[in-house]
Amino acid sequence: MTAKTSRFVLGASMACALGAMASTPVMAQDMEKCFGVALAGQNDCAAGPGTTCAGTSKVDYQGNAWKLVPAGTCLTMELPAAADGMARGGSLEALTRDLPAA
Amino acid sequence: MPAHPEFVAAFEAALRGGPLPAGVLAQDAAEAARRFAVYRNNGAVSLSEALGSRFPVIRQLVGASFFAALARAYLETSRPRSPVLAEWGASFAAFLEHFPPLAAYPYLGDVARIEYARGRAFHAADAPPVDPRALAGADPDRVRLGLHPSVHLLDCAYPAVSIWMRNQPGAQPAPLESGPQTALILRDPAFQVPVRALGPGDAALLHALMAGATLTRAADMAQQRQAGHEPQPLLVSLMQSGAITEARE
Amino acid sequence: MPTACLPDLPGVGFKPDHFAAIRADAAGIGFFEVHAENYMGAGGLPHAQLAALRADHPLSIHGVGLSIGGPGRLDADHLARLRRLCARYQPESFSEHLAWSSHGAEFLNDLLPLPYTEETLRLVCDHVDQVQEALGLRMALENPATYLCFSQSTIPETAFLAEVSARTGCGLLLDVNNVFVSCTNHRTDARAWLADFPLDRVTEIHLGGHETEHLPSGPLLIDSHGRAVADPVWALFAEVIAKAGPRPTLVEWDNDLPAWPVLAAEAARAGQVLAAGRGAGLARAS
Repeated sequence: MTAKTSRFVLGASMACALGAMASTPVMAQDMEKCFGVALAGQNDCAAGPGTTCAGTSKVDYQGNAWKLVPAGTCLTMELPAAADGMARGGSLEALTRDLPAA
Repeated sequence: MPAHPEFVAAFEAALRGGPLPAGVLAQDAAEAARRFAVYRNNGAVSLSEALGSRFPVIRQLVGASFFAALARAYLETSRPRSPVLAEWGASFAAFLEHFPPLAAYPYLGDVARIEYARGRAFHAADAPPVDPRALAGADPDRVRLGLHPSVHLLDCAYPAVSIWMRNQPGAQPAPLESGPQTALILRDPAFQVPVRALGPGDAALLHALMAGATLTRAADMAQQRQAGHEPQPLLVSLMQSGAITEARE
Repeated sequence: MPTACLPDLPGVGFKPDHFAAIRADAAGIGFFEVHAENYMGAGGLPHAQLAALRADHPLSIHGVGLSIGGPGRLDADHLARLRRLCARYQPESFSEHLAWSSHGAEFLNDLLPLPYTEETLRLVCDHVDQVQEALGLRMALENPATYLCFSQSTIPETAFLAEVSARTGCGLLLDVNNVFVSCTNHRTDARAWLADFPLDRVTEIHLGGHETEHLPSGPLLIDSHGRAVADPVWALFAEVIAKAGPRPTLVEWDNDLPAWPVLAAEAARAGQVLAAGRGAGLARAS
């Protein structure tokens, strides 16, 4: 296929895409219902922290991150690297191979 | 001589662990320290919790104890620069990537970038979707699309979208994809902020549209990146999410 | 300069978690209060919710980040953000704290104490003037909950607040829980504090819950806003209302949030005290 034909085919396909877009309704929204969505799960994270004018009786954590090791889900997921830097499940190799050159 | 600037500087130094400011009234030194500790805790705990609510997946990945210590280290150099806490944390991803105890977890920076982008998207300006009639007769060789201010596209070196998804409430454990991922983040008309991974063609298409390319030019670039790429599904999905706000020729 | 005009009814600090419940039933709630800094993003859900609430209820905007008690100038960017927010929502009241919360360019996210001296009095008055000029409204200044006193102080807290109000014309936000917390912590008498306080300048009252810790010398109360209002604070509040007459009264609950009916019941309890105080009261200074 020549560049010119390809361009022509692409143009036709895009005109078709525009037609499809024009006939796509934006997701229906019942505004009051949307506002009322309980900010549970994913959304409260996106909202981020709120301010407070209150104090706390919790005590500042005095631990030193330099002496701790992570102990969350990063240890149970099949992730590319364990704390010792060794590959797990062969996936580290795949990852580093696919990395774009820095 | 004004005394207040000096007082505030001494108080702030004490919050960081220095000696108590002059003039504290208390029964004895031990009680003075206990009373001052309320202020030290208020600031440190509230900011650590604020960071955790901005980066909940990072907190889950490293665990609560490590995160508390991590927040403490981050606060030493990167306290908020404004009382608008939603804006805080832009430098957290880079901090994670350069924090030696996390050297074995190089993907954390990408995950933090996704979480920060979600916050930006959640609070981004409002913009109504484009009138579909503006698209119906448009010339694809000339039309350029404007996108909603909440749309963020992040090229991640790691499968950070999959890692983020595995750490959402109710997610099932599953093996992770390997290799880089491009994350699409936007706020939909119901104010939800979903995250999805785009394939190489879709990513090239959207990058080109965001850079102001015409529709045909963007589709062309997507095909160069991924032979046989079909642009329509992504475009229709963006319409449905209210993410296309303008069509100008 | 416009005067704060919240209704003399109970109000509640708005939390997004409660939005749907509030839309279903806000009976007896006279106004809502929000923290200014949580509505400084450009758009999205926070503004959609606030606009909907504001359309149906009187609104109080309460700042927590202006650092009015700090040295130097107020943060011009933050003042501009506050001006835009107030212009957009036209609140019946804007209030801030007698405290400082920033150092240099850094925000410390806490309301920190200051010695009360002629120097800090001038500074706070300048800052209040600056806020009122920038926002084009009369603000209210809130008494803090404190855990420390300073030997540098030469002016009692009540006299300091009275003088700021007299010099600047600002209203006073009387946080009754803060009075109880501070007086308990400093081993002084909350009733004596209230007797010295200019109740005629009060444009709003706050009630919140506190935690109790123990020092060898006695209790150390922490203003945590994480539980119901304590009985001694209710008693002080009733005495204030009997003397001053009803005032707009906010129930604050910021941490360990309860379900909406629990918070609404706290507001209803405040409403009973306010209703009992109708007919009583002082003329309000304008």
